[in-house]
Amino acid sequence: MENIDFSLVDWSRAQFALTAMYHWLFVPLTLGLSFIIAFMETLYVKTGNSEWKRITKFWMTLFGINFAIGVATGIILEFEFGTNWSNYSWFVGDIFGAPLAIEGIMAFFLESTFIAVMFFGWNKVSKKFHLVSTWLVAIGSNLSALWILVANGWMQNPTGMRFNPDTARNEMVNFWQVLFNPVSINKFLHTISSGYVLASIFVIGVSAWYLLKNREHQLAKKSMIVASVFGLLTTAFVVLTGDGSARNMAKYQPMKFAAMENLYVGQQNAPLVAIGILKEDSKETLHKKQDFRFQIEIPNMLSYMAFLDPNAYVPGIKDIVHGNPEHNILSFQQRSEKGKIAIRALSDYRNAKKAGNDSLAKVSQATFEANYANFGYGYYAGRDVHELIPNIPMTFYSFRIMVGMGVHFGALFLVILLLTLKNKIDKKRFILYTALWTIPLAYIAAELGWIVAEMGRQPWVIQDILPTIAAVSQLKSTSVQITFWMFFILFTGLLIAEIRIMTTSIKIGPTEDLKDSVKN
Amino acid sequence: MKEILFNIFQFYYQGFKSMTLGKKLWTIFIIKLVFIFLVLRIFFFPNVLKSNFKTDDQRSNHVIEQLTK
Repeated sequence: MENIDFSLVDWSRAQFALTAMYHWLFVPLTLGLSFIIAFMETLYVKTGNSEWKRITKFWMTLFGINFAIGVATGIILEFEFGTNWSNYSWFVGDIFGAPLAIEGIMAFFLESTFIAVMFFGWNKVSKKFHLVSTWLVAIGSNLSALWILVANGWMQNPTGMRFNPDTARNEMVNFWQVLFNPVSINKFLHTISSGYVLASIFVIGVSAWYLLKNREHQLAKKSMIVASVFGLLTTAFVVLTGDGSARNMAKYQPMKFAAMENLYVGQQNAPLVAIGILKEDSKETLHKKQDFRFQIEIPNMLSYMAFLDPNAYVPGIKDIVHGNPEHNILSFQQRSEKGKIAIRALSDYRNAKKAGNDSLAKVSQATFEANYANFGYGYYAGRDVHELIPNIPMTFYSFRIMVGMGVHFGALFLVILLLTLKNKIDKKRFILYTALWTIPLAYIAAELGWIVAEMGRQPWVIQDILPTIAAVSQLKSTSVQITFWMFFILFTGLLIAEIRIMTTSIKIGPTEDLKDSVKN
Repeated sequence: MKEILFNIFQFYYQGFKSMTLGKKLWTIFIIKLVFIFLVLRIFFFPNVLKSNFKTDDQRSNHVIEQLTK
């Protein structure tokens, strides 16, 4: 790994990030809106009130637009694995293949079958069967997310596998360990619930627009009640699962945690920087140390957040780089030595196998397995240690802006719910404008969450085992740049199409009159 | 059985026929799929290991070589 083309690594990463971030513009609305529609249709079936049917059909149209434009954008990520990240793609073997295959089959059968009933089945199937189909679309699309996030969670905390040096692939030895990986489960719950919050804000924002235009009062207010209740409950769930994410991060990805908190020196009773501004021109560049220009701290909170103990020791960037024997933290130097041993042992194993020297192969395999947990660090032996530290300002600010927006969303749901229940919402134009302009903020918050998760774990593709420099395919950097810009054009085109079709449909409003709803 | 299949066909046929906005969405969806699978996949995103090597043995040797060089 002496001649690394960083331009290639960076463009490949940029391309993957671009694809994933555009994909994530479509997915959370599908995840959340599917449940909101299911609730609305349940209200229709339970009460027999045709207004609920009209409301359900309207939101279903918007769901359909988002679904049709967003679907299959994630497939490109799989292409990128095979082309740009071929070493990684081979290396992960079954671990990634199995969940993605399950996802593909489930998504295809569950979603495609019942989506047809959902859209074409009004008045053709019974009310109850239609309702069941709507619920199955919601459950199916959310379960699809489970399998993707199981794969992602495994990359953050690889478990339940064994590396086979003969095939150069990780093989799944315990499916349940992979499925119930604490990082995956928490990530799944946090991600889908953030989608629910985003969808609730979307419904509230669009409803607010109708009230501002003095149109569709019934639809807007009823939708606001459903969305604000759903939004409030799921915001609480986002907070709970976010708390779980922080604990998992502190346990399995301490460098990401330290970077996110800009914690340079580890400490007991570590405070949480609730609000902070980093010094842009910090002179001390050792280990990317960033001083605070300004900070507001909550005493002991970081220790509590990380280990549920206000007195707990939280390691900082310096401890992780240099090691801290008192707290059993190995230094990067020690870990890279072990990694180097693992890489050499793997090479020796293959050579011994080729030469038919079974005893040497056995010894090499044992050495490899003993050091495999630090395999990836071997690529950084003798390199600049800064390469192992993620971008601190990016993770630090992304996390805080995301949390700040989350607080705003929770407060907005509460205010909207109270005002709608008191029937005063249509007079509060400032609140209505706030709700409308919160829609883009929800998307920004959703993307920031991924920036914390993915930028924060750099340089690892698979935590501690495979860094980006070893995972990338040896392609020409220019060819990656070309496809990057192609994707940029394609996805921007899709996004413009989505926004245009969506806004046109919103302006038109529900196409079905209440009279028709009653008739049907 | 024939009747069931006919009813399923009719269900989809009538559904597609009565679409309004759906027609525009299907057009976008099909163009997107064609672009993804017939342009991107074939011309820009070959599976590097599948296209460069014939057997899994060769692929694993290549990956090991890349990882241990």
